[in-house]
Amino acid sequence: MAILSKEEAKKILEKVVGYSKADGIEAGLNGGDGGNIRYARNSVSTAGEDSNVSLSVSVNFGKKSGAASINEFDDVSLEKVVRRAEELAKLAPENPEFMDPLGPQTYGPEAKTFIESTAKITPEYRAQAAADSINPATKKDITAAGYLEDNRGFNAQMNSKGLFTYNQATGVNFTVTMRSNDGTGSGWVARNFNDVSKLNTAEASQIAIEKALQSRNAKAIEPGKYTVILEPNAAADLLGLMLNFNARQADEGRSFLSKKGGGTKLGEKLVDERVNIYTDPWNEEVPTANQAGGLPRKRMDLIKGGVVSNLFYDRYWAQQKGVEPTPFPGNRIMEGGNASIEDMIKDTKKGVLVTRFWYIRAVDPQTLLYTGLTRDGTFYIENGKIKHPIKNFRFNESPIIMLNNLETLGKQMRVASGGGPGGGGSALVPAMKIRDFTFTSLSDAV
Amino acid sequence: MKRRDFINMAGLSAGAMMLPFTGFGREVDLAELLTPIMDVKQKKQLADVALNTAKSLGASYTDVRIGRYLNQFVTTRERKVQGVTNTESFGVGVRVIANGTWGFGATNDVTADGIKKATERAVAIAKANSKFQKEPVKLAANPSYGEISWKTPIVKNGFEVPVKEKVDLLLAANAKAMDNGASFVNSLIFLVNEQKYFASSEGSYIDQDVHRTWPNFQVSMVDRQSGSFKTRSAFSAPVGMGYEYLDGKASDKIQGPGGIILYNKSYDIVEDAAMAAEQAKQMIAAKSVEPGKYDLVLEPSHMWLTIHESVGHPTELDRVLGYEANFAGTSFLTFDKWQSKKFKFGSDIVNFVADKTQVGSLGAVAYDDEGVKCKQWDLIKDGVLVNYQAIRDQVSLLGQKESHGCCYSQSWSDVQFQRMPNVSLQAGKQQLTPEQMISNVDKGIYIVKDGSFSIDQQRYNFQFGGVLFFEIKNGKIAGMLKDVAYQANTQEFWNSCVAICDERDYRLNGAFNDGKGQPSQSNAVSHGSATARFNGVNVINTGRTI
Repeated sequence: MAILSKEEAKKILEKVVGYSKADGIEAGLNGGDGGNIRYARNSVSTAGEDSNVSLSVSVNFGKKSGAASINEFDDVSLEKVVRRAEELAKLAPENPEFMDPLGPQTYGPEAKTFIESTAKITPEYRAQAAADSINPATKKDITAAGYLEDNRGFNAQMNSKGLFTYNQATGVNFTVTMRSNDGTGSGWVARNFNDVSKLNTAEASQIAIEKALQSRNAKAIEPGKYTVILEPNAAADLLGLMLNFNARQADEGRSFLSKKGGGTKLGEKLVDERVNIYTDPWNEEVPTANQAGGLPRKRMDLIKGGVVSNLFYDRYWAQQKGVEPTPFPGNRIMEGGNASIEDMIKDTKKGVLVTRFWYIRAVDPQTLLYTGLTRDGTFYIENGKIKHPIKNFRFNESPIIMLNNLETLGKQMRVASGGGPGGGGSALVPAMKIRDFTFTSLSDAV
Repeated sequence: MKRRDFINMAGLSAGAMMLPFTGFGREVDLAELLTPIMDVKQKKQLADVALNTAKSLGASYTDVRIGRYLNQFVTTRERKVQGVTNTESFGVGVRVIANGTWGFGATNDVTADGIKKATERAVAIAKANSKFQKEPVKLAANPSYGEISWKTPIVKNGFEVPVKEKVDLLLAANAKAMDNGASFVNSLIFLVNEQKYFASSEGSYIDQDVHRTWPNFQVSMVDRQSGSFKTRSAFSAPVGMGYEYLDGKASDKIQGPGGIILYNKSYDIVEDAAMAAEQAKQMIAAKSVEPGKYDLVLEPSHMWLTIHESVGHPTELDRVLGYEANFAGTSFLTFDKWQSKKFKFGSDIVNFVADKTQVGSLGAVAYDDEGVKCKQWDLIKDGVLVNYQAIRDQVSLLGQKESHGCCYSQSWSDVQFQRMPNVSLQAGKQQLTPEQMISNVDKGIYIVKDGSFSIDQQRYNFQFGGVLFFEIKNGKIAGMLKDVAYQANTQEFWNSCVAICDERDYRLNGAFNDGKGQPSQSNAVSHGSATARFNGVNVINTGRTI
């Protein structure tokens, strides 16, 4: 039941919309099945599966709206949920920002977001994937702690203006932390795919094991400004935090995209001219749904040649400002270069290689200053070579300043992206070399 | 798939993303929210289906949680209502031990058939994973409590308070802020009711009705000329209370240093919003801090988050053991430090207790999510590390026989595990008020309310901001500062604690959304303290130009 086909979903939604006596109705069906396995101390700790599907209905009388949901799908229940939303709408206060349902739209082709093999992952597959990660660790005096999560879901929506959308998606995410048993070394790796056939937990785990072994007995170096080589996950951690280009907040003067004296930084150069960031639902590495909230997604620049190219307008704010609304991006892609991590190291006189960042939190929303720490593999580079592992640093840095201090762009990699409201989503981000990255203190954490 | 992930992936309406938290369940109307879905007798019958099914499949232990989780959010901005949303999530989670290994299954099909299938899945998962299990799960003994019920001692059920009353209250607060010159204000009332039925193969059937309330706002001041903006958040606390928290009784108001008003067991949101607008203006005009060493005087509305990150998390036994190594991290409070019985975590006046029973706290319940009776215990005594936070499958590693009773799951669909109880700094034994404390400081900063926070994965190095920063010069408040954050090492910081105000100044604060685990789960937890002083802490300046 958790995955309905397009036809099944359409049939249910047509009934629901047909029951409505309100001025407008929007109905959404979404569901999914998920599974996971977690291991630590070289042994499986928890594992589980879950399954859920629900129907949400939102109706309006003028600018008064009400919403209700249900997870039963017989005719009586379907009509009941509509009546219930209508009752709520009648009692609701007017929302001056309410927008009528969106009319029918034309969408681009479906992106390849649903992969059958991922949808068919079994508990046995997950157990084996964990074993493939744990077994090589035990042979090297290393302790593995990891997590594999897979999901398959669908989403359909229909409204009284005739709009209908249907999307399906699968995803698998794997992370593992390898720690040396003497407690002095730690390595980490992450993999994120739509298609589980691309996942090899043994191969990925080997990288984390190597990092754990190489990072043992780290030395302390003085905090300060350093040239850093950020692996794609580290770069994405900071990049994701700057890409919520909310137009309303910028217009209201409470965003890093607001301009002194009024107005926004739309059309202005924000970062190095080699920075190009866009969204594209049909990118083969990070495919995503061809619509958001019914609005057709298309390829859209966020930063082109270092210039802010688009801000995100929701339908209400777009109407206020007389512009087209922006579908919320489902992915973010930053163009990379050809340099490998090894090339960047060779080209560095003195610097720090960062595997990942941790516990990044906003310090000042006005300058987009963030603080956080390096974790699970931080190395000192001298004269083109990795010299030795170093103790972790705390940084205080703004991704805006970071992208102005760009030295070299490396190759792209698909990463899970925590950026944007609601979390989740995927991004394609290059490794990057940055000068004058600000580390403010040392941490004893391994 | 978690609902929030799919919302993001499928690009559902932006409206769905405006909720402060997503993935809470389906939206329902109020009448439905207030109607019980099934009685205790029906729940017991259904729980027994899981217990019997698991037993017949060879499980050596089973517990069942039938949960109904209700939330209400009333959100407004300036003079507009943005939304009134009720959500409900109802379902059952079954956890088993088979072949010495945990397995878990959950379903929203709360029928005998649905529960049977979820149980079968849980046993199948346990058996699949047992092939790779190194050591069988060992559970500490726990008495059978028979049939029991418990409820948060609330005066007013927030869900029964008319929506109009909540809307009017928030709009009144917003109006005060706007009248006082605020550029923007967002406000929210967030209510939680967890109706949890627990049954185990050891003979406990525990029905609990848990309530939490959180009023909050963000008052923002924008200065377009200088291009700067500041936000003052509410001085409220999320609480394990009913709607009576919003009564704003005069007896719960505290006139604090620097002309601020603080709140104890009830909260006046309208008064606080008016103050917030005034203070947001001062925040913009404040002097940028000179970096260096300062003596910090930390108010309980700020202190709680420093306690949470630097004391609450490193004393979690699952972190110490490495179960969280891949996500939340491990801990610097390793076994050898605890076993030495003399690891000096803090100065002699530093005493921390863990607690799951404190009235009004977010963590308070009578029994945890594996049917263990809740209690209070010492973590740090006279500055020394004396214990951890542990549950049934962990305490034997400490040589202890009894679980501490701090197992929790955020919903029926997630597996329960060790979560932080309330962890609180005990008030000082000498009579001392915050004003007296400040009068003894030559060069310091008085910090009110939590702000930015970050700490490493073993909890050594942290950095905290705040909301209001007052400079202390020669024993007196000398105006407001901005761009303040302090960085310290946990052990050095707590050893620099030289004074704690007495219990008249002790108050709780906390959070609804402490995150841990994979898949990540939220936990609500309170932290109590009185105002405390820390000498010679490193303060940095966070001002930048972009």
